[in-house]
Amino acid sequence: MSEHKITLTVNGREMSGHAEARLTLVDFLRDVLGQTGTHIGCEHGVCGACSVVMDGKPVRSCLMFAVMADGHEITTVEGLEGPNGELSPLQDAFWENHAMQCGYCTPGMLIATHTLLQENPDPDEAEIREAIGGNLCRCTGYQQIVEAVQMAAKKVQEAS
Amino acid sequence: MTDTTAAKEYRYITKKRRVTEDRRFITGRGNFAADYNLPGMLHVAMVTSPYACAEIKGINAEAALALPGVRYVLTGAELFENINPLLSGLDLPNIKRIPLAHERARYAGEWVAAVVAESRHIAEDAVELVEVDYNPIDFVIDPEEAMQPEAPLVHPQHGSNILCDKSWVWGDVDGDFDAAPHSLAFRARWSRCSTIPIETFVVTAKWDEGKELLDVWASIQMPKYPEQIARALSLPVNAINVHFDVDVGGSYGLKRGIRQTVIVSYLTRKLRAPVRFNEDRLENMSGGEMHGPDRIFDMEVAFDDEGIMHSLKIKATDDAGCYPGRAPLQLGKPVSAIVGPYRIKSASYNAISVTTNKTSQEAVRGFGQAPTNFAIEAMVDKVARKLGMDRDEVRRRNMIRADEFPYRIPSGSEYDSGDYHTVLDKLQTSAGWQELLTKRDAIRAEGKLAGVGISTCLEPSGGNSSFEPFFNPKNDTTTWMESCLIKVDMLGSITALMGTSTSGQGHESLLSVVIGEILERDPDTIRGVHAESLGALPSNSPVGSRMAIMLGGAAAGAAEKIKKQLLEIAAHNFQLPVDRLIYDGGDISVEGDPDKVMNWHLLIDIAHRQYHKMPLGSEPGLQAQHTWEVPTGGALPAEDGTVQMYPCYAFEAHIPLIAIDPDTGQVEILDYHMGHDCGTVLNPDIVRGMSLGGIAHGIGAALYEKFEYDEGGQHLSGSFMDYLLPSSHEIPHVEMVKHYTPSPLTTFGQKGSGESGYLGAPAAIASAVNDALAPLGKSIDTLPMRVRDIEALLNGQTE
Ligand code: FES
Ligand code: FES
Repeated sequence: MSEHKITLTVNGREMSGHAEARLTLVDFLRDVLGQTGTHIGCEHGVCGACSVVMDGKPVRSCLMFAVMADGHEITTVEGLEGPNGELSPLQDAFWENHAMQCGYCTPGMLIATHTLLQENPDPDEAEIREAIGGNLCRCTGYQQIVEAVQMAAKKVQEAS
Repeated sequence: MTDTTAAKEYRYITKKRRVTEDRRFITGRGNFAADYNLPGMLHVAMVTSPYACAEIKGINAEAALALPGVRYVLTGAELFENINPLLSGLDLPNIKRIPLAHERARYAGEWVAAVVAESRHIAEDAVELVEVDYNPIDFVIDPEEAMQPEAPLVHPQHGSNILCDKSWVWGDVDGDFDAAPHSLAFRARWSRCSTIPIETFVVTAKWDEGKELLDVWASIQMPKYPEQIARALSLPVNAINVHFDVDVGGSYGLKRGIRQTVIVSYLTRKLRAPVRFNEDRLENMSGGEMHGPDRIFDMEVAFDDEGIMHSLKIKATDDAGCYPGRAPLQLGKPVSAIVGPYRIKSASYNAISVTTNKTSQEAVRGFGQAPTNFAIEAMVDKVARKLGMDRDEVRRRNMIRADEFPYRIPSGSEYDSGDYHTVLDKLQTSAGWQELLTKRDAIRAEGKLAGVGISTCLEPSGGNSSFEPFFNPKNDTTTWMESCLIKVDMLGSITALMGTSTSGQGHESLLSVVIGEILERDPDTIRGVHAESLGALPSNSPVGSRMAIMLGGAAAGAAEKIKKQLLEIAAHNFQLPVDRLIYDGGDISVEGDPDKVMNWHLLIDIAHRQYHKMPLGSEPGLQAQHTWEVPTGGALPAEDGTVQMYPCYAFEAHIPLIAIDPDTGQVEILDYHMGHDCGTVLNPDIVRGMSLGGIAHGIGAALYEKFEYDEGGQHLSGSFMDYLLPSSHEIPHVEMVKHYTPSPLTTFGQKGSGESGYLGAPAAIASAVNDALAPLGKSIDTLPMRVRDIEALLNGQTE
């Protein structure tokens, strides 16, 4: 297997590492770069646990090879905090609403709803459910996640 | 959420509090088992059997071992020689369970060999190169066929496919049936499904040569995990250190990966390198041996013109899959609440566990109670329908009344407390029962099918071991204790240790709020710790809806001991008896003389440094431990076949409104309401989350989820494309109404809630679907009620 050097920007920092052509982006992020916040649930594109943002769009990092992300910009759950570790309004709302139990799907849920709020700062319940429709959670029944996103949207709007 | 009862005033418990654990999850800093990357770690991938049953005549690993990076290929034969068979729930000496198939593969997907390599990718490549010489033999997939005399035997040395066949009669069942004017019988089917956590099972083991110590990091939720590893490997338990601070990515009872653990533990000692097995989704779903109950209920009920149910006969035939494990015991726990919340005066129960050539069953949320609740509720609906009575009214007439508690059911369990009528009343009021029926009729008038469902179910909680001796007389376990160790350090902060991992239940938050409540200290300053097994006191893990009760009780007991020590120190220094002192927020003052006060820091400083100010002969420092026996536990089942199973009984009622598309059979849930009473609620966010998650899981079991096998014995549901988990589109918004009937048996009156929602939702959805089908004169008693099943029923292809 041929090895490739991959350089990408992860949460604003340039990082690089070597990967075989067949290594998925999620394995590269987790095992090569040590960014273990992004999770794996199925490796076949259904559960959304591996969601990251690439160049502003959410992608399933289990369905991409690391080499395809070479030169691109990635945001993972680790990149949602502010520069001094302050929680984003969305993270804070997830906490306030206990929008999780085991926390395993949470990175994917945060990525999905973070990108939703960037595109649509005032989503209604149906739009939120649509945005997380490709992210499976076995713990919550989704309702607390919907409530968290509504709360975060409201807070951001009130602040601006 | 509507909250209509005022709870007793507490400082911290019962109040909204953020969950401590959440902070690490929202920032991507959880410590999941796959996040532990050890230097030099090796990876495992499994060679799986393509046959439902086959003799293994030989395994040739030469080509695999020749692949660069491959370090070892482990077979069942080698394991068989070198480890002890895994524990079985029943006394079945001739069925030896080894983590890899030995001599015979007994289901398609069973792990036959473990390939170890420097990366998981290389291990997967090498799996393809392992040549296994199989001789396929006859197999059996259907549990009822498996019970026929001519059926192929899954374990020939056992001599039968029946693992157990036990019967009990509690009360005068025959007499009550003879005396009752009506009876009805039916069959209900709960299909093989499971909890399917989004994280698969992951375990890493590292043998430390220097310390002669086995370190284990695993996504585990299992009682007596270190002991089971020790037994399998013939190691003392103190040579095993399980790191319980690993966050588990969901489990709901399921993650009992003892096979996986024994494999990597054996390998790390053999290969002198850390070894990880991280199941992929297919390994998890097919060979992980984590399927749930798969049950046929033959039900009979005797009742009168008023709708009063007098007696009940249940025959439950459960397909355990290939190995007995804990599966048969999941037939045992429902004895705890065998008559549901109803005053049925006699009951009989025939519990049959059958082995087939399918992957094995593991403990699933409710431990067999959810299927039983579904069957009981289907029965109540049928009684109502037969008499032309309302389903809620039949329930009301049969439910145990608030003034009858404690209430002993025929099988011997005493229900601690409850107010079922009030919860149902509250729920029907808040849900708008009449409006829902009107809405249903309006939808029907448009030519669609619509139904309102109802279920009223129990959640036995405070998980105890009683079903073990009940099913296996050789097992005389009568305690499932839980422990907590509290340390107050020299500078006054509080640390509490538990000996178990968490899979989302928020045990760190539980410890801090309970200890904060007793010691009147801010819970945010109290740290709960998942100790390593070597540093922990006995635990039986968070199974059976037990931690609020058991860990909460242990923590409260230890905190009371700390408080007592503080009072004794103050009494000594004031030269006054303890009953003259007032404890307030950690400070202690003299009754009637509020200026005489010793504050928290002073008292703790005395305990840690100033032994000359301590009561004579007392222990320096400030620490206490408490190990708590399950309330009502401690006894073997009685000679007459009765047993006190679990201590506490929570109650839940569900009311959904659904519509069914008459052309496609598609079910849409339009409204969902739940009434819940689990006694005093320690953390409202956690309890609500469990109920909502449980409802979602129950909707999955009712409408979507099933492990399918084809006629060739192949497993067809190994991915999320084939096994459907409900998404945010299928799960509706749920309105909850709470009621609080404290348990007299627990510290604050709390009961369990870890299985809530799941124990009533499948029954309620089934009730709604059947209400929708009733105008057509059709009904369905098999779960899941999938689109295609309903469509076939509507089009007259099935009865
Ligand atoms: S792990 Fe990528 S979608 Fe499931
Ligand atoms: S929080 Fe556990 S899967 Fe979503």
